[in-house]
Amino acid sequence: MAQGPDPASGARGNLPPLSLHVPEPNFRPGDPVDYSFLDIPPAGALPRPDETCPAVETAPLCSGMVRVLGDDHLATGPWDPKLDPETLRRMLRAMALTRAFDDRMYRGQRQGKTSFYMKCTGEEATSIASTFAIAADDMVFPSYRQQGVLIARGYPLVEMINQIYSNKADKLKGRQLPIMYSCRDYNFFTISGNLATQYPQAVGWAMASAIKGDSRIATAWVGEGSSAEGDFHAAMTFAAVYNAPCVLNVVNNQWAISSFSGFAGAERSTFANRAVGYGIAGIRVDGNDALAVYAATRWAANRARANGGPTLIEHFTYRAEGHSTSDDPGAYRSAHEREEWPLGDPIMRLKRHLIALGEWSVEQHQAMDAELVDLVKAATKEAEKNGILGHGLHHPFHTMFEDVYKELPWHLEEQAEQAIRERQIKWPEWKPE
Amino acid sequence: MTEATGRRLNMIEAINEALHVMMERDPDVVVFGEDVGYFGGVFRATAGLQKAFGKHRVFDTPINECGIIGAAVGMGAYGLRPVPEIQFADYIYPGLDQLISEAARLRYRSAGEFIAPITVRSPFGGGIFGGQTHSQSPEALFTHVAGLKTVIPCTPYDAKGLLISAIEDDDPVIFFEPKRIYNGPFSGYYDKPVEPWARHEGSEVPEGYYTVPLGKARIVQEGEAMSVIAYGTMIHVAQAVCREKGIDAEIIDLRTLVPLDIETVEKSVKKTGKCLIIHEATRTGGFGGELSALVQERCFYHLEAPIERVTGFDTPYPHSLEWAYFPGPVRIGEAVDRLMKA
Repeated sequence: MAQGPDPASGARGNLPPLSLHVPEPNFRPGDPVDYSFLDIPPAGALPRPDETCPAVETAPLCSGMVRVLGDDHLATGPWDPKLDPETLRRMLRAMALTRAFDDRMYRGQRQGKTSFYMKCTGEEATSIASTFAIAADDMVFPSYRQQGVLIARGYPLVEMINQIYSNKADKLKGRQLPIMYSCRDYNFFTISGNLATQYPQAVGWAMASAIKGDSRIATAWVGEGSSAEGDFHAAMTFAAVYNAPCVLNVVNNQWAISSFSGFAGAERSTFANRAVGYGIAGIRVDGNDALAVYAATRWAANRARANGGPTLIEHFTYRAEGHSTSDDPGAYRSAHEREEWPLGDPIMRLKRHLIALGEWSVEQHQAMDAELVDLVKAATKEAEKNGILGHGLHHPFHTMFEDVYKELPWHLEEQAEQAIRERQIKWPEWKPE
Repeated sequence: MTEATGRRLNMIEAINEALHVMMERDPDVVVFGEDVGYFGGVFRATAGLQKAFGKHRVFDTPINECGIIGAAVGMGAYGLRPVPEIQFADYIYPGLDQLISEAARLRYRSAGEFIAPITVRSPFGGGIFGGQTHSQSPEALFTHVAGLKTVIPCTPYDAKGLLISAIEDDDPVIFFEPKRIYNGPFSGYYDKPVEPWARHEGSEVPEGYYTVPLGKARIVQEGEAMSVIAYGTMIHVAQAVCREKGIDAEIIDLRTLVPLDIETVEKSVKKTGKCLIIHEATRTGGFGGELSALVQERCFYHLEAPIERVTGFDTPYPHSLEWAYFPGPVRIGEAVDRLMKA
C-alpha cells in the first residue's frame, strides 16, 4: 500500500496519482462477443424459500439467478410454476403478439405514420409472464417498455395504435409521446417519460391499498439504467419502511440507450442485491425464461398479499433492438451481442418448451404467427381510419388547454382564444371544431 | 364571511383545525411528513391528529421529499386525498420532479384518467433567524408550473378556510404557510414587541367546516391613493407602513397566486392609478414580475406612475443580516413615497 501523507510534515510520500474509473463495456461495434464471463447457474439450481420467509433468506437469490427452463427445454427445480399447457399457450401468444405489434409499429414509424416508437424485442417474457402472475386488478406502474402488460391484459390494439398515431381517436387527446399509454380501466398507470418517477408512486399506491385494508397490490417497472435515479432509492426506502405490498421490477436489459449497465453500477453488484441493503426480499431471475419470471412474480405477489412486504425482482435480459426509433445501436455496441446472448430468445424458449411437452408444434407456431400478423394489420388499418400523426385528424384545438386544471382558469381561456385566432389567421377557411 | 364567534386562534391552531375538520369529514384524507405523526410536527401543525385518527392516516415519513411527494401521487391515484407536509419550503427541492413532472401533469397527460388531489403544506418565508435553509420563499418556482395551484394565507381565518378548499380541490395545491406569522401578525418592525393574533380580526375563526375559495383575492382595506398587491406576511407589513404614513392605500391580499384573481387587481389599479407589488422572495424572476407585467398589460393607460416592486434581494437569505434582507418598512416606505410624489 502507498504511504502518506505524513500528518506532521504534510509530505505526500509515495502516493500514486489517483485514477478515475470510467466503466467501459466489454464489446464495442465490430468486436467479437464472448459471454463466458457471465455466471449463469443451471436451471433449477436455486432453492425456493417460503413466501413468508425473512427477507434475508432471499439473499442468495439476489446474487444468483432463478431459472426454470433447462437446456432440454423442460421445466425443472423448485421454482417450476407447473402451469397448465393452455396457460403456457396463452402466454406464448401474448408474447408473439407483442413482437408482431412491435414490428408493425416500428415500420409505421419508419413510414412516417408517427414520430417515435419503442420495441421490447427480447424482453417480452418480463412484462407478459409477470402480468400472468398477478391479478387483473393489481395496479401496474409501468416504464416505457411494458406494452406486454397491456397486450397480456387484452387491451385493444386499436386503442394502442390510436395513441401511437396521436389521432382523433387517441384517448389521451394527442398529448403524449407515442407509447406513453394510460389505461385506467386496465389498471395501467399513465406512463411518464421522466425516469423512475413511477417507482415511489407505486409504493404510495401500495401504501394506500394497505391503509384501506384492500387486497390489491402494486407493481412497478424500471430499467437498470434508471435504477440509478434518486426516485428508485426513495421508493426502496418507503417500501422497506412501510412494508408496502408491491413488486418492484428492474429490467436489466444491459443497455440504457448507449450506456451499458456498468453506468448504473453493474460492475459492482447485481441490481437485485440492492434489496439486501434495504432489508427487503429480492430475486434475480432469468428474464428470458417466462416460467422463471412467472414463478418469481407469483412468489413476490403472494408475499405482498400476505403482508410480507415488497420484493425487488431483477429481470436479467437483453435489449435486442435499439432503445427507440431514435438511436442506432450499431453505433455503440457489437451486433454480435444479440446472437451470442447466452439466455436465448424468450419466445423461442417458451415455444420449444411447449413442443417438448408435446403441446405445440412448429406448424401451429407458424400458423399463429401468420394469424397475429393479420390481426395487427387489421387493427392498424382500423386505427388509420382515425388518422395518423400530422395529417389533420387530431383533437379539437381547445382540448390543448383542457385538463391542465379541472376547470379552465381565465389565463388558459385567453390563451386558447389566441391559439384559435392564430389558426384562423393562417387558414381563413378553417372553422373551430 | 361566516358569522364570527369571537373565538380566537393563531395560524397554527387554525391550520390544525382545518386538518382535523377534513380528516373527520373525509376518510380518504391522509396526513404525513417528517415528524408530523406522534410528535405533531416541528411547528405543531399536526398536533393531536395521530391520536385522533390513528397512525394509518397520520404518520411520520423517511427524510425523503421525493418519496413523500411521489408516494402522495401514488396515493392520489389510488383514490386518497393526501396532505403531505414538507417541513420547510427550503426542503421541497428534492421533491420537485414529482411535483412538476408528475403531480402537475397527471390529469393532462392521462386526459383525466388519473388526478393528483394533493395538498402539499409547507412553512415558508423568513424572519425567524432560520438562515438560508429555513427562510426561503420559492413560490415563483411553482407559479411557473402549469397544473399547480399556489395558495398563501395571511390570517388564521383564511388559513383554515383556504386549507379546507385546497384539500377538497382535485388539482395539486402548494400551500405555503408564512411561518413568521404563525403566532402573530408581523408588522415588519422586528425591534418592536411581537403582537399576538388575539388582537387581530383575522384570528376570529369559526368552529367546524367553512371554506375560503381558491382564486379569490381579498381586499384587506379599501383606498384611493394606490393599490398594494401582496400576500402572506407582507400584507401585515404593508398595512403597518400605510398606517404609519397615513396613506389611503387599497391593499389586496391575493391569497391564491395561481389561479390569480386578476379581476380584483385590475379593478383596483384602474381605480387608484398606482401599483405597488410586494413579496419577500428574491426579485429576479419573482412572482412580482408576473404581476407587474399583467398590470402593465391591462392597466397601462390608467397608470399615473411606474409600477413599484418591493422584494427581497437576489441573495441567499442571510442569517445575521436577516433584517437587511427582509423587505421591511424602510424599503416599502421608500416605494410608497415615490408613488405618492408621482
